[in-house]
This record gives sequence, structure tokens and C-alpha cells, in this order.
Amino acid sequence: MAGDKGVMDNNTKNQIDELSGTATTGHDWDGIRELDTPMPRWWLWTFYLCIIWAIGYWVLFPAWPLPGGHTQGLLAYSSRANVAVELASLHDQREAMAAGLATTSLQGIRDNPDMFRFAVARGRAAFGDNCSGCHGLGGGGAKGGYPNLNDDDWIWGGSLENIQTTILNGIRWTANNDTRIAQMPAFGGKDGVLKPAEINAVANYVRSLSNLPTEPGAKLDLGKELFATNCAVCHGDAGKGNQELGSPNLTDAIWLYGSDLKSITETITYSRAGVMPAWKDRLDPVTIKALTIYVHSLGGGQ
Amino acid sequence: MSAPEAQADIPFFAPSPKVYPQQVSGTYRRIKWIILFVTLGIYYFLPFVRWDRGPNLPDQAVLVDFERRRFYFFFIELWPQEVYYFTGLLIMAAVTLFLLNAVAGRIWCGYTCPQTVWSDLFLQVERLVEGDRRDRVKRDGGPWGFSVWRLKITKHFLWLMIAWWTGGAWVLYFNDAPTLVYQLATGTAPFAAYLWIGILTFTTYVFAGHLREQVCLYICPWPRIQAALTDEHALNVSYRFDRGEPRMSVKEARKHAAMDEKAGDCIDCHQCVAVCPTGVDIREGSQLGCIQCGLCIDACDSVMAKVNRPAGLIGYDTDDNIKARALGQPTRYRVVRPRTIVYALLLFVVGGAMIYQLATRATASISVLHERNPMFVTLRDGSIRNAYTIRLANKRSESRPFALTVDGPVGTQIEAVGVAATTDWRPIVEVGPDQTREVRVLVTMPRGVISEKSTLISIKAADLFAGENVSAKENFFAP
Repeated sequence: MAGDKGVMDNNTKNQIDELSGTATTGHDWDGIRELDTPMPRWWLWTFYLCIIWAIGYWVLFPAWPLPGGHTQGLLAYSSRANVAVELASLHDQREAMAAGLATTSLQGIRDNPDMFRFAVARGRAAFGDNCSGCHGLGGGGAKGGYPNLNDDDWIWGGSLENIQTTILNGIRWTANNDTRIAQMPAFGGKDGVLKPAEINAVANYVRSLSNLPTEPGAKLDLGKELFATNCAVCHGDAGKGNQELGSPNLTDAIWLYGSDLKSITETITYSRAGVMPAWKDRLDPVTIKALTIYVHSLGGGQ
Repeated sequence: MSAPEAQADIPFFAPSPKVYPQQVSGTYRRIKWIILFVTLGIYYFLPFVRWDRGPNLPDQAVLVDFERRRFYFFFIELWPQEVYYFTGLLIMAAVTLFLLNAVAGRIWCGYTCPQTVWSDLFLQVERLVEGDRRDRVKRDGGPWGFSVWRLKITKHFLWLMIAWWTGGAWVLYFNDAPTLVYQLATGTAPFAAYLWIGILTFTTYVFAGHLREQVCLYICPWPRIQAALTDEHALNVSYRFDRGEPRMSVKEARKHAAMDEKAGDCIDCHQCVAVCPTGVDIREGSQLGCIQCGLCIDACDSVMAKVNRPAGLIGYDTDDNIKARALGQPTRYRVVRPRTIVYALLLFVVGGAMIYQLATRATASISVLHERNPMFVTLRDGSIRNAYTIRLANKRSESRPFALTVDGPVGTQIEAVGVAATTDWRPIVEVGPDQTREVRVLVTMPRGVISEKSTLISIKAADLFAGENVSAKENFFAP
């Protein structure tokens, strides 16, 4: 057996293993010795190359942390700066189209397929950033006075110009002199002109305008009479509303604050007054144009 | 046989000896040359073949257009969503390999595998520069003088040129070839082109010049799979040991004949080993390293001719026949047998399905996505409206108008946002050549026609001229 001759002195390094001809590390565990096989040359060279590469990297790129910063590297590489450059170039690319929006009328934008696509995309982004908080990401509105912008019911008008005016000036936004204001009185309460029973009669009558069921025994005649004296001034004799005044149509299927008797009673008793900011001080005219086109395109534009 | 103790001397990993395949001529070598010229010719020149597809589409016969996400193959144009055709092709490729394997072993490896073809080409360059096997063995064992350096540098330069051309041809499949050649010549090509030429140059040079048979022996999985697929009926390059053994020289054989003893036809000249591109000895039987190229057959046949013995000591033969001959039974070769029938049927079915699919595929498509915010909208008159984003695809080379209609309860209407043109109340959406177009559509149902929260509707697009109809189903939601 080869092993008989191969009994080695445990304390001597650099012994040569007989079988493989390779030096051992000199360690011996219960007769098992560890070969000191050298690293493959290709591996060593890869390792050295990596070290050289790393040194080059330190010199050229940001590498070492320092108090208050880090080494910048000769190439002055910065991913933040790169992003800024890319954003600027994106801005430049869009600028040509945006300039077109600025000089074209709303209807002109609507009629030009390329401009329309651009305006809708830009409007959608701006809508998500600025409007979706109240109106929802898809403009679906929310309960409690945030109108759905997808439907065909408009309190202040659904033409391109009307929508633009509303976005520019806001609603009941007192900081802006041109804001849209409609003030419905609170008919109930201590100082109100109507008693609870009268309010109930009016509420039932309003429901009957859009063919909603009324309470049994409701005094619709009284309601009609009270409506004519108190409400028709703004809402019209037939309750069709008036977009010039910002008074809602009470005969359609869309109710901003709900169509059930309780909601309508609450509206008559305490009034309602939703607020929308004027955006002309916050957004540039091109973005407002794009928003107008986008909202108009949601499906209810007139 | 060696004693068990001596086994310990065998190292775990044997450094592979360098293979110096010798030049050979004969039938199989000729076949290999022809296949080499045809396959490499296709590879290098196919990008320059033109194919007219009309004014709006590229006219390169074979083009993988990543930028526009199209794949063109002569009259076939594939869009990204049709990549499953490649799945079909891969299945067919696998089954074809199985079938070839059942018929004639690893002929793919021996004749058409790119590794084999390029290695063959590089070997020939090596022979032209450095001489045949004997010269090269002698030179590599000797001192490195100027003339050796000169030959080596010439060889590697030629190898790199071929490798570079290989990489150059590769990138031409991904761009308009003449344009890219011009760009490469003027140094204005996109960076990706240089990068890929570099990568392919490197891999070709390393794989065909340096690794060669190592790829077949250590890297490629096919030889392993092949071992499980071959059977006793498949034609494999075989040494007919019943005729060859015992090996002896011609002189020795004459003595044996005189004494009426059996003398084999193999004269043990090792020509079969010398010409083998993977350096195996075919006389040890079918083995992992044998790529079945048949060059040993050519070598052996020429030797047999010199010693006036019949050719075919090594030849394409089946295990079954070798056994039968040993037993003195008649030999036969059956191509048609259950295995080959099953593979052929599989090929036929998959290929037929693909051709049918390709021939009957639509040149238009529609996909519909329901808008989820809001799910539905109530309009003033109480009707319900849902919004959808549809995408129409026009796979033809001319612009086409599609009329949109909706299938749903009575009174259901459809309109497309930003699309003015209509006929008979149908919105007309124009889709450009070989393009898709996204349109937002609004579907409205009058009050009271549905009571369910969700109703299935179908949105249809009809090509006004060609009459092609496509449709997609989606839900219509109501309060």
C-alpha cells in the first residue's frame, strides 16, 4: 500500500503528497492531510484584474465615504444628475406639443387627433396629481358633494369653455374674485323660513319631480306651492335648474348629495356649499387647457 | 486489468489531450463540405435577401425588428403576442432531433450543429496555415521560433476574421442589412451592434478555435440525452468488430490465414483515431465523444482500399445488425418502426397545427379593458354608461377603417371618444398600416333594460372594406 510509505511528520510543512505530487498544508487530522493545491492561474489573474479594476473605479467614480460627503471621482458621475438631464430632455420633447396647446383654441385641440391625444395624456397626469383627491382617480366623484365628472350632468355647464372657467376660478373660492358662487339659503333651523313639516312637503315634492316615490300622505300640493315661492327663483318653475346660476337640475337621475328623503331634507334645512379651489394661481394655462380637454373627454362633455 | 491499488493513480480530473484531426477525403467528407458551404452560406448571406412587403414595411426577407417589435420571415410577419409560434418550432425541432436520432443517430451533431460546422471551418484554416496533423504535432512539441510565431499569428488572425464576420452577420438579422453594413463601415452604427459583434466574435473564436470537441464532451447536454434516445435499430457509426477482430498487420494476417486461423480485417493503423475531430477511438464502440460525422469511415475505407480489402469495416450500421451478423443471421434495416412512426406523426400534427393556425390567423385583433374607476356612470336620464379602453390591431400593410358595434340588450349604444366619423351610428376607427390604436369607448344602456349588476356584452370591430370581423367580450356593470 502506498500509505505505508506515506506516514508523514505532522510538524513539517511543504511535504509532498505521494499520490498527487502536490504539497500539503502540513495539517493532519487523524491521518487525513490537506493538499495545498495552488489556485488555478486563470482564477488568480481574474482576481488581480478585479483589484486593478477596483482601483480604476475608485479614481473614476464616486467611491469612498468621507465626513460630509464622498469622493466624487474624475468622471463626475451622478445618477441624480443623469435623471435631471433625462427629465429636462423629456420636458424639451414635450415643449413643442405644449406650445401648440398654448396657442390653439380648446375646440381646435379637440378637433386635432394628435393634439387631443397629447392633451388627454397630459390632463390625465395633472388630474391624478391635483384633482383626484376629491373627484377620484377616474373622475368618478365621491359621496358628499364631489361631483362625478364622467356623467352628463353639469351644475356650471359642461362645454369646454365652462369647464375651463370652473377650473381656472374654482367654486366658492373666496380668495378669487371671479370664482363661481351660488348660495342656497338654509331654509330650516331657528331662523329658517320653513317649518320642518313644510320642509318635508317640499322634499317630497322635489322627489316627485324626478319620479321618485313619495311618502304616503305627503302634502305634494303644499310642497309645490312652497317650491314656487322659495325655490323656483333659482331652480326654475319645473325644477330644471340653471347652469348660469349654478343651480342644479332637480328632475334628473343625478344627485350630488343623495336623492333619499333624509338627504334632501338635510339639503333644504341646512343648505349645501361645496368648495373647489381656483387653479389659475397654481397651474399653468397649458395644464389647465389639458385638464379641460381631459375632463371633457371623460364622457359628459357638451 | 490493473490491480485495485493502481486505481488510486488515476487523477479525478484528466487534462484533456489536444486533438489534432488529420485531413481526410471521401464520401462523408464531401457531404460535410457541401453542408458546411450551404449552411454557412445561408447564415452569412440571408440578411441580404430582399422581400417586398409594400411601401410601409421593411423589405428584408428575414428580420428581427426589436425596435418595432416585429419578426419577419419571408411572407410571415409575427407580432410579439404570436411568439408562441416559436414554441411550436422548438417542439418541432426537438421531435425532429428525436426522429433523426431514431433513424440515424447523432447526424445533427456530425453534420449540421453550428459547433461542428464552425469547428470544421476553423480546423481547415489551421491545416492550411500550419499543415496537417503530423506537422502540427511536431511543431507544438518543438521550440517556438520565428516561423512558428508567424504561422500561429497568421492562424489566429484568420480565425478572428472569420469570427468577426460571424458576429457581423449576426447583427444584420436585427437591422436593415445594407444600412447597417454602411453604418458599420462609416463607424456610425448603434453601440449594440458593436457590442454584439464583439460578443459573437469572442464566442466563435473561443468555441470553434479553442474549445472545439470540449464543447461536445463537457458543455453540450445533447450527447447525454442522446444516450437515452438511441436504440439498437438506429444507424450509428459502428466498427464492425466481428469482421475487424482480432487486429493484426497484413503480414501477420497472411501467416494466420496460412495456418487457417481467424484474422481480422483491422490492421490497427489508427487512421480512424487520427482523423476523428473529437479524438475518440470508434473501435471501442458507440460512445459519448462520437459525434457520428463519418470521417473515420472515409479514413478506414481508404486504408482498406490500399490493402485490397472490401470497404465498410467502419460504417453506418445498427447494433441489431452487428449482433445478427455475429450469430450468422440476415441483416436488415428498418426505418419504419413504431418509434419513427410516432415521431413522424407528432411532427405532422404539430407542424400541421402551426400551418393551419398561420394560414387562418386573423389580420386584425381587438382587446377590451373595462375602466374600473368609475365602474359605471349614471346619466341624467337614468341610463347607465360604462367606459372601456379598446386596442385595435391592424396587421396588414395598408390603413384600415374599423366600424365599432356592440352586442347587448336592446338600445345599447356605443361611441368612441375623440372619433368623429360614423356610419349608421357606428364609430369608424382608422388604424394605420401594421399598427395598433387605442380608443376609449363608451357603451350606454337605457334605464331599465337590465336588472343584473353585471351583463356580458360583446364589442365588435368590422373592417369596412375587407369584411374581417373581430370581437371581444366584456362585462357591463350597473348599480
